[in-house]
Amino acid sequence: MASTPKKKMKPGTVVMYVVLYTALIFCALVTLVPFAYLFCASLKPSAIFFDNLFLPTGDGLFGIGWEKMNFDHYKRLFSEEGFLRPILNSTFYASVTGVLATLFAATSGYALAKFQFRGRDGITKLVLAALVVPGALLFAPVYQMLYWFGMLDSYTGLIIPALAPAFGVYLFRQATVNSVPNEMLESARIDGCGEIMIFFTFVLPLIRPMMGAFLLLTFLGCWNNFIGAQIVLQTPEKMPLAVAINQLRGVYGTDYGLIMAGTVVSIVPVLALFLLLQKEFLSGLTAGAVKG
Amino acid sequence: MNSGYPKWAPYVLVAPFVTVFAVFMAYPMLYSAVMAMQQTYGAKASQFVFLQNFEYLLSDPFFWKAVRNTFVFAAGSVLIQLPLSLGLAMLLNQPQVRGRVIFRLIFFSPALVGTVFIAMMFGLMFNKQGLVNFTLHGLFSGFDPVYPWLEQFVMGSLIIASLWQYVGFNMIYFLAALQNVSRDLSEAAMVDGAGPFARFRNVTIPAIRPVASFVVLLSLIGSFQLFELAWVLLNNSGGPNDQGLTVVMYLYQNGFISFDLGYASAIGWALAILLMGFALVQHRVSTIGEN
Repeated sequence: MASTPKKKMKPGTVVMYVVLYTALIFCALVTLVPFAYLFCASLKPSAIFFDNLFLPTGDGLFGIGWEKMNFDHYKRLFSEEGFLRPILNSTFYASVTGVLATLFAATSGYALAKFQFRGRDGITKLVLAALVVPGALLFAPVYQMLYWFGMLDSYTGLIIPALAPAFGVYLFRQATVNSVPNEMLESARIDGCGEIMIFFTFVLPLIRPMMGAFLLLTFLGCWNNFIGAQIVLQTPEKMPLAVAINQLRGVYGTDYGLIMAGTVVSIVPVLALFLLLQKEFLSGLTAGAVKG
Repeated sequence: MNSGYPKWAPYVLVAPFVTVFAVFMAYPMLYSAVMAMQQTYGAKASQFVFLQNFEYLLSDPFFWKAVRNTFVFAAGSVLIQLPLSLGLAMLLNQPQVRGRVIFRLIFFSPALVGTVFIAMMFGLMFNKQGLVNFTLHGLFSGFDPVYPWLEQFVMGSLIIASLWQYVGFNMIYFLAALQNVSRDLSEAAMVDGAGPFARFRNVTIPAIRPVASFVVLLSLIGSFQLFELAWVLLNNSGGPNDQGLTVVMYLYQNGFISFDLGYASAIGWALAILLMGFALVQHRVSTIGEN
């Protein structure tokens, strides 16, 4: 056996490795076990729900009673509870708000970073001040205004007030300052490029990472938004997932299997979306804090 | 700064945001000050009562209970959650850790789950026959196997659930900050014989201070607005004996269940004032000792 010279680890280093990985793996388990618990719960029939903690015991592989589990809760969710509707509602609401809010934030952030105009400093200060205004302060007056405009119980009333993303404007201002060179804008203008054209063909590609991160952030916020829909919407069929699942629990109180199936259906799409885009998302998330 | 663009260009670019901001943010904020001086029934009927809402608020025992609970939750969030986040970030930042990306992904994942869905999960976790009691009873046989968490230990349960939700989220910020800490400076300090604690105090803390201050502010703003977790976990109520009543929950109950939007606005202003006070204090504290 060809022996390659191997560095011998000092005993102190070994102990450190063990402590380090034990701590990390412990934390990872604490994070992951509730997900597993949730998923197992959604597969157990109500009659035997509390007989076992995770999966029902039995004679099957690994001593688990596989035959006792089924997807009945999921079937019921869609056939009897009409859960497809809230999924579509949430998808519509989160996509439209995400795209429009990102576009509005990007154009404003770009204007604040690269143009000199009257009101620029005022807008910048207002944007920063808005970051510490608690959203709850706006519930009552916005409800009153939506009543005046006749926009209660509609998605217009839910989406439009969400299109003033102060935090987004701040993030895009930073991103534009950091990654869009002035020379490029100037030469594009000399070549006779229109301003709108410049934004879409030259600026957007450069701030794409921030676009991705903010789009995902807004999408998530809407997908998970409960109070906004609870206040603005009234018709049960219009409700997004977060409200629909709470109503489901209101009706079926302790039918945990059904409620957990609904929860799985609600969180799996966003987890999947995040796995696809996680790299852009995490770097965008911290960009504002670390550089700003 | 650029030149050679038409004068209207920046105005067109900011117009969509500024319009919505003015109509649905700036105006409602001012208007809520007017509403706070009204007694209303829904959006249709209102009566001017001047400062009566605030007078009533100051002697409203439910409001003070809500304030107390909210403080407990905010203190728990900042004092327990953030040290855990920082500790986890420091573990993960050790140069010999393999699979950092995977760990980071795992720790962050709960932050993607909406608060309502987290409340659903923890409703089952904290069930008398749920995972929490089972685990604790398994580890410590003296622990009550059917401890009623959501009846006896309401604020504690909320803090635990929000730990699960946010420790990994805040860790991301600390980790990003730690990766900016100069390795050279840290090694130079080590060569000079500085122990791990001295290095933490003199090298790490100053380097992560701006981010830490940002995260503290973010957590304060977030935890002062606790509503959904408590509301859903406690079955659309403040829980037994209002042990889980929070300021925003009280605002919601008054504004959208009893339909007194005026009183709700007054509560909103009380919250805004509390929050701004805390933000100021936090800003002062975090800049002490900065040169």
